[in-house]
Amino acid sequence: MSDARTEMLSRIRTALGTSTPEATSVPREYRAAGEHAAGSAEVLEVLVDRLVDYKAHVHQVAAADLPGLLAELLGPGSVVVPPGIDAAWLAGLAEVEVRTDSREAPLSAVELDGIDAVVTAARVAVAETGTIVLDGEPDQGRRAISLVPDVHVCVVRTDQVVQTVPEAVRLLDADPGRPLTWISGPSATSDIELDRVEGVHGPRTLHVALVS
Amino acid sequence: MSTFLGMPATRTGRGPSPDAAPGTLGGVGRPEDPLHWGASFPDAAKAALENDQLRRNLGNATATIRSKRARVVGEVPDWEALRDAGSAIKGDVLARLPELLEELERNVTARGGVVHWARDAAEANRIVADLVRAKETDEVVKVKSMATQEIGLNEALAEEGIAAVETDLAELIVQLADDMPSHILVPAIHRNRTEIRDIFLERMGDAPPDLTDVPRELAMAARAHLRRKFLSAKVAISGANFAVADTGTLAVVESEGNGRMCLTLPETLITVMGIEKLVPTYRDLEVFLQLLPRSSTGERMNPYTSMWTGVTPGDGPQEFHLVLLDNGRTKVLADEAGRSALHCIRCSACLNVCPVYERVGGHAYGSVYPGPIGAILTPQLTGEKSDLPYASTLCGACYEVCPVKIDIPSILVELRAREVELGGASPDAADRVWKAAMKAASFAMADGARFRRAARVPRALRAISRHGVIKRLPFPGSLWTRSRDLPEPPKQTFHDWWAEREDER
Repeated sequence: MSDARTEMLSRIRTALGTSTPEATSVPREYRAAGEHAAGSAEVLEVLVDRLVDYKAHVHQVAAADLPGLLAELLGPGSVVVPPGIDAAWLAGLAEVEVRTDSREAPLSAVELDGIDAVVTAARVAVAETGTIVLDGEPDQGRRAISLVPDVHVCVVRTDQVVQTVPEAVRLLDADPGRPLTWISGPSATSDIELDRVEGVHGPRTLHVALVS
Repeated sequence: MSTFLGMPATRTGRGPSPDAAPGTLGGVGRPEDPLHWGASFPDAAKAALENDQLRRNLGNATATIRSKRARVVGEVPDWEALRDAGSAIKGDVLARLPELLEELERNVTARGGVVHWARDAAEANRIVADLVRAKETDEVVKVKSMATQEIGLNEALAEEGIAAVETDLAELIVQLADDMPSHILVPAIHRNRTEIRDIFLERMGDAPPDLTDVPRELAMAARAHLRRKFLSAKVAISGANFAVADTGTLAVVESEGNGRMCLTLPETLITVMGIEKLVPTYRDLEVFLQLLPRSSTGERMNPYTSMWTGVTPGDGPQEFHLVLLDNGRTKVLADEAGRSALHCIRCSACLNVCPVYERVGGHAYGSVYPGPIGAILTPQLTGEKSDLPYASTLCGACYEVCPVKIDIPSILVELRAREVELGGASPDAADRVWKAAMKAASFAMADGARFRRAARVPRALRAISRHGVIKRLPFPGSLWTRSRDLPEPPKQTFHDWWAEREDER
């Protein structure tokens, strides 16, 4: 048996033959950025609208009020946090068991399944699509922690909110090797009669704390 | 089982037909060849048209998705510029495919992944089965993937004693009912909520006995059923929506979180990807992550997109295998007129607007790729004679919605001409398929709104005209143009002209 790799590459070259189209430059007339600045009032308004449309819960707070908000959202129960989370955020928690998960000391999937909620930061948010992107850095943690618990509280700074997808991709392009999770609302399905139902395998509740 | 009358272009019927002895749940069974199964198109279409339930299910679902798509596409001011970019990027990928694949391989390998090459379905299945067996497990979890449907991976694994559990809700429904997918995006689109409840109650094993047909309850039943499997699975198998050559990054776009579960929790991840799924640069994702969700589910963005590059120590699978699949793609690439079918990003917008698909459903096409894109891609991938290019009215709606601007009507015309030249489809056989398509679409012609959508036939005809004259129509129009030329039709339909005139007043 000849080597599959060699044969496939040879088939492709033969297929292209002499009719290979010239590698042409790609027209990029689409918007590389929106008309509003990151974190501007216009951009935040759009983000909130999109998040609410996809049944996420949005809370706009000043930094000083974040610990109080988290205490209110997390209530009695358990929460997992990434290793690099800002400890001040958790200062208001009472009757909450806080577990820290890291790449060096990960909790098992079964352990995560027994935890009620997760709190993470974010890397960037896209207003027009209502999307939050996590990139696995220490303030956001391993991908599993924002997936298995049923409630995800995601803290987004207003200056992290850009208007368009290209703005976010260009920012993420600085570290393309990082594992990314793009989140647009809670888990959902449209598989039954194309009717959207929120809440399947991922967290069924998504809280977004927009901190100015 | 073949009921066709000995025409050279018919399918051989190496699989169950939609109207043949359905099980209690109406599943069509799993065919030997996922690209070539079931009754001939006219027979399958006839059976589908007589199935009122199927027509209602399809009509409701496609109407819903069409209006959602139109709304979210309408709010993007630079949609046409994105389509132009998407089409050009895919053209560039095909032109530079060998070097881009080698670049992808280098980058995936540098990040700790292992790249495999598979010439055909059997080779891909062999590679995956050996990888799974090496992990000493007899169950794997799967993310919905067209590539693995196309190669019949689940059946191949079953023969080796490995159970592949589909975790996408619709794929789970199809798998439990021993059925075939009938849509690229929503494989169980032919099923309504009551049928789904019955399937869960009979086949899931752990469905609550008082399960109702409320979609939310059905989704919760699937969540409970699959959670244990996610938490314990050692190996996951996925497809890929995109692979970035210059970084080695893979992307999977999904909704439910089953994809994240599979891509994140197991120790080993095996991804099977058609060689055309490449994009050259990371930045190109900014185009496709706008085009795909709005075109497919009609959302501004799908709930979850995962991207990974090789192995990330301490986060996610610590062993990653990428299987690059040919399985006929190089045959498509060799076809200058038809190679743009490889631009397809599997959004399924063309299915949802097709007046023929809407009436006959996905199973009538006898391929895991149904609808307009399936009518060109299936015969191109298999290289076999096929009557599928006749299963269209050439109304042109598919081209208008395609996010990467695949000119499906023109390719259909080209494939028809080629079939005739090759003696593939005899005039009688082609006529029968064409009539079946027109009969299905006649429903569209009988209703004002539907007709406006379909009344774009002249635009498709313009595509084949030269200097304002059409010398040769595709069959059966060729019987007419054999002895006369047809003037090129006007750029606008009367309907469009009238609407524009009214708008300007």
